[in-house]
This record gives sequence, C-alpha cells and structure tokens, in this order.
Amino acid sequence: MNKNYLELSQVGIEFPTDGEPFRALQNINLSIQKGEFISLIGHSGCGKSTVLNIIAGLYRASEGGVILEGREVNEPGPDRAVVFQNHALLPWLTVYENVELAVKSVFKKTKSKAEMRDWIAHNLSLVHMDHALHKRPGEISGGMKQRVGIARCLAMQPKVLLMDEPFGALDALTRAHLQDSLMEIQNRLGNTVVMITHDVDEAVLLSDRIVMMTNGPAASIGEILEIDLARPRDRLALAEDPAFNACRQQVLRFLYEKHRNPAAQAAEVPASETPPTEPQVAPASVPKAKPTSSAAA
Amino acid sequence: MNAPKIRSDISQRLQQLSLASLLKGLRRTVKNLVLPLTGIVIFLFIWQIAASSIVTSLGQFPGPSDVWQQSKTLVAEHRQERQKADAFYTRQEVRNAKKLAKNPQADVKVRPYTGKATYFDQIFTSLYTVMFGFLVATFIAIPLGILCGLSENAYRAINPIIQTFKPVSPLAWLPLVTMVVSALYVSDDPMFEKAFLTSGFTVALCCLWPTVVNTIVGVASINRDLIDVSRVLRLSSPVYIKTIVIPSATPLIFTGLRLSLATGWMVLIAAEMLAQNPGLGKFIWDEFQNGSSSSLGRIMVAVITIGIIGFILDQLMLALQKRMSWDKQAVLR
Ligand SMILES: Nc1ncnc2c1ncn2[C@@H]1O[C@H](COP(=O)(O)OP(=O)(O)OP(=O)(O)O)[C@@H](O)[C@H]1O
Ligand SMILES: [Mg+2]
Repeated sequence: MNKNYLELSQVGIEFPTDGEPFRALQNINLSIQKGEFISLIGHSGCGKSTVLNIIAGLYRASEGGVILEGREVNEPGPDRAVVFQNHALLPWLTVYENVELAVKSVFKKTKSKAEMRDWIAHNLSLVHMDHALHKRPGEISGGMKQRVGIARCLAMQPKVLLMDEPFGALDALTRAHLQDSLMEIQNRLGNTVVMITHDVDEAVLLSDRIVMMTNGPAASIGEILEIDLARPRDRLALAEDPAFNACRQQVLRFLYEKHRNPAAQAAEVPASETPPTEPQVAPASVPKAKPTSSAAA
Repeated sequence: MNAPKIRSDISQRLQQLSLASLLKGLRRTVKNLVLPLTGIVIFLFIWQIAASSIVTSLGQFPGPSDVWQQSKTLVAEHRQERQKADAFYTRQEVRNAKKLAKNPQADVKVRPYTGKATYFDQIFTSLYTVMFGFLVATFIAIPLGILCGLSENAYRAINPIIQTFKPVSPLAWLPLVTMVVSALYVSDDPMFEKAFLTSGFTVALCCLWPTVVNTIVGVASINRDLIDVSRVLRLSSPVYIKTIVIPSATPLIFTGLRLSLATGWMVLIAAEMLAQNPGLGKFIWDEFQNGSSSSLGRIMVAVITIGIIGFILDQLMLALQKRMSWDKQAVLR
C-alpha cells in the first residue's frame, strides 16, 4: 500500500487554444511512496509545471487521474501544499502573517490560538527565519522569501509538498544553502516531496528518484533514475563520489543526448549552468476580464 | 600626527560637511520653492497684461490686484455678517433673560439667525455636498467594482451599462435627478434641502464611474499566484476578498477614488448653479446675474478658490492613500 501513496495513472491533458487543442501531456504514470523525494527534470516547456499543477488540483487532467492515499484528487487543497517559483507571498502581510494565513485556514478547528502561534514560530524557525517575523516580503531578500514560502507549506502539514523550481531564481550560494536546509528538514520530518528543477546537481543531491520527462508536445516520462546514495548526504563529499557522478552523467545524457531540446540545440550549455527558466505560460483557468483600455477613465 | 593637528583636521572636515549639506539644502530650496514661485509670478504678470486689454460689458476684466481686493471684501462681508449674527443672539438672550426674570415659567425661544449666507458658508456647503455625493458613490462603486472584477459573468452583464452612463454629462442628469428627488423626497420636516440632495446625487452619478472602472481593473489583475495560493488554502470568499482581493486592488481603487473626487468637485459647481444649492456654484451664478462692476472679480475669486480646494482635496486623498498603502516604497503622486 505504501508503494502507491501518490499515484498518477494515465494522466494526459489538452489545453484549449484558438485552433486545435494543444496536447501537453500524455500517458504519465508514476507511483510515489510516502516520504519519497521525487525530482521532475526536463527541458523548458515540456510540461513539468503542468504535472505539478495537476497533482495540486489547480488543473484538471483531460484523461487519467491522480490518487492520493486512495482518494482521487479533483480540487486544490491544503493537503497538497505548493511552493511557487516566485514565492507567492502576500506582499501586504508580514512574514508571520503569511504563515498565519495558511495555519489558520488549516488548523482553525484543531489548534488553539496559542498553539497556532507556537506552530507558526516553530515552522519559521525550521527555515531560520525567526529573526524577521514582522518584516514584509518587500523588505527581505529573495532567498528569505523562498524560505518563508517553504515554511508556509511545511506549516500546513501537507501530505505532499509540491515545489515548482523553488530555488530557480536564486544565486548559487543561497541555493546551496537552501538545498541543505531542505534536506535537513526532509530528513527530520519525512515529507513526501515532488520538486521541479532545472539543475541536475540539485536533482541528484536531493532526490530518491529523478523523473526525466521527454520533450513536448505530448510529453511523457522518459526515464526514472533511482538515486541510491546514503543519507544524510553531504555535498562536498558527494562531489568526489563516483556513484554521484554516475547519476549525474546519466541525467545529463538523457537531457542532452537522447532528448535534446530542439529549441536549444545550438547552445551547448553545461548542466550546472542551466540558464534560468523561460517565462512560464500563464495558466488558463478562469481568464479574467480586463478592461484595460478604460483603466484611467 | 599630534592631537591638536587631528582636532583641527576634524573640525575642518566638519566645516566642509556642513558646507556641503548647506549647499544641498540650498539647491533643494531653489527646486521646491523658488521655481514654483517664479512660475506663479510669471503667470500673474501675464494675467495682469491680458486683463488690462480685455474690456467687457461689466467693465475691465479683473486682474490679480482686483481679485485680491474682492477676496478681502468677501472676508470683510463674512466678518460683518457674523457680528450681526452675534448681536442678534445676544439681543435675544438679553430679552429672554428679562422674560425669565419676570416670570420663571415663561416660554422662551431662541430663533435662529437667518442672514444671508457668506462666501465661507457657501464654501462649506459646497464641501459637504461634494462629500455627500462622493461617499454615496464610493459605497456603491467599490462593492460593484469588486463584484465585476471577481465574476466575469457579472462583468459582462454590467459593463455595457457602465460604458453607456460613464460619458454622460452632469447637466443631462440634473433635470431627471431634480424631478426624482421632488417626487420621492416628500416630508413636512425635511432633513435635507432638495437642492442639496439634487446636487449631491448628481455628483454621485458622475463620480461613480472612475472608481467602478478602476476597481474592476484592480480586482481583475490580481497576481495569478496569489489566486492559486487562495485555492490551495481553500480560503472562504469573505477571507479571500479581505486578505487578497482588496489589498491587491487598493492602489487602483485609490486611483479611482482620486479621479472620482476630482470629477465630483468639477461636477458640483455646475450642479449647484442649476439646482440653486447654496454653494460656490450658486455664488458664481448669482454674481453673474447681478452684473455689478465687482462681479467678475468676485467670480474670479471663486474660480481660484475652487482650484485650490480641488488641489487640497486631491492632496488629502493622496495622504490617505499613502496611509492605507501597504507598499511604503511605492512612489505616489
Ligand atoms: N494554460 C495553458 N494554456 C495553454 N497551453 C499551456 C498552458 N499551460 C501550459 N501550456 C503549454 O504546455 C506546455 C508545458 O508547459 P509547462 O508550463 O508545464 O512547462 P514547464 O516544463 O514547466 O516549463 P518551464 O521549465 O519553462 O517552467 C507548454 O508548451 C505550454 O505552452
Ligand atoms: Mg514550469
């Protein structure tokens, strides 16, 4: 039973467009164990975010479905917390209030006020943010914002933690630091994590399995690589570990030999210097009316 | 280096420092004070020259000095009127006191003074009329804008109406509003003057739209990520509106409110002229009808007053916006 804590079966999705519908994903099958750390890797635009959004319930799959602990996922909910690429903190709330909003909506009935206060503080200290509780997102650095975003999700005690390139917008040092924090937290709490990344080193360092996606349209899972490295892992020691390097090689080979991104064929970029993500396509659900022409009336 | 040398070094540095900051301060004064003043002086000069070459049927077009004279007259008239009122009340008091002294059971009344409204009374009337209209409009516009911004169906249903009524001039509304107020607001002891209500509602009808439109845009352009956060957290609608919708729409709501208040203030003057609400609009109208040699000067005083009050109202809204804004770094002007 444990084997299929979270299960994607035959997941596919089509996006409506002006012309023919655009098929982004097809035949995605994946079983994830409780406590497992999964990385999704693949070229830009292949459909990683779409997979994550389907697990989160933010998108509905056109075929197939997602089952979490025996129940089908068909709407977003706090049991599948999402760490967004651009932190998605509410800029008008302080760090504390941002986490509080999540805690209140999850534990309104089960925790007392004092318990909630302790729980918020506890989660912020997990990500080492207890020194800036009353600052607004605009007053803290990018790495700190991302940490608050992670704390907000941890505080919801989700069944699955979904992370869409959580460290994509950060510099290498900050990123390494946050990777270490994340590893430590995951070791301690045993969260089930699905993380999207562009960074091969990051994927190998953090994951139990790396899911490599083929290029879109109609992307699916190309290979799955088990990373059999002992935990806790240490980045310095691993840098010289042949097993670590073998895993890296395998992912690189998949990305740059078997499934070269047609758009990026000219550029021979080493994986560790993967260029930053291309701008994401805005999700299509609930398009909003925008009478911009009369904005300044 | 010995100690005295260091000390003199330091004092020298201090002097340089204070000199530099003095220069900086000077430059700021020039920028913030001298330039605007220069502009005003040049304007007054051109005005004086232009005025002296225009002769109307009511005499010379007023230049700055005539206007200054008239404004002093208006202040003096106001003082006089107040003194009269005071005198009126003291006389009554004395009389009533006498009455009571003779017969403690006497039924004493204090009659209100019914002198003519002074210029400052009229300014005050205009201000609270515009505030009334503006508040009525705000209480309708913000909820309506939030509704249309959140629900595309509501937007589709209401947008044509908004677009149709938005360009309508206050003068077109006024007869209708007048008739409706006369028909519906019938009471023996009216709390408000009909002219006040007519002007107020006309102002409200005209200053509704900027706030509605800007609120819709503000609400509709909430960051997608924040919407996703609210879906993941399954926020209830009231919590969603309170914690996400309103804060993210606040800057545009305020843009709308400022435009609305400015529109309202402009519309008010026209409305008061026609509805005979005893404010600045009526003042101008009466002076125009009067047609004395001082009329044009007095009207010009009103024009400048209207401008300055409009400016102050906008600055007050800006101050309010700054207080309410969560983003203290944002440059608001
Ligand atoms: N709402 C949408 N409507 C139409 N097409 C979409 C929508 N969302 C995604 N797509 C398309 O689906 C494909 C996959 O998009 P997705 O955002 O999942 O890619 P990604 O792998 O996350 O890319 P990146 O690494 O750049 O973030 C893209 O070709 C994109 O154009
Ligand atoms: Mg993506």
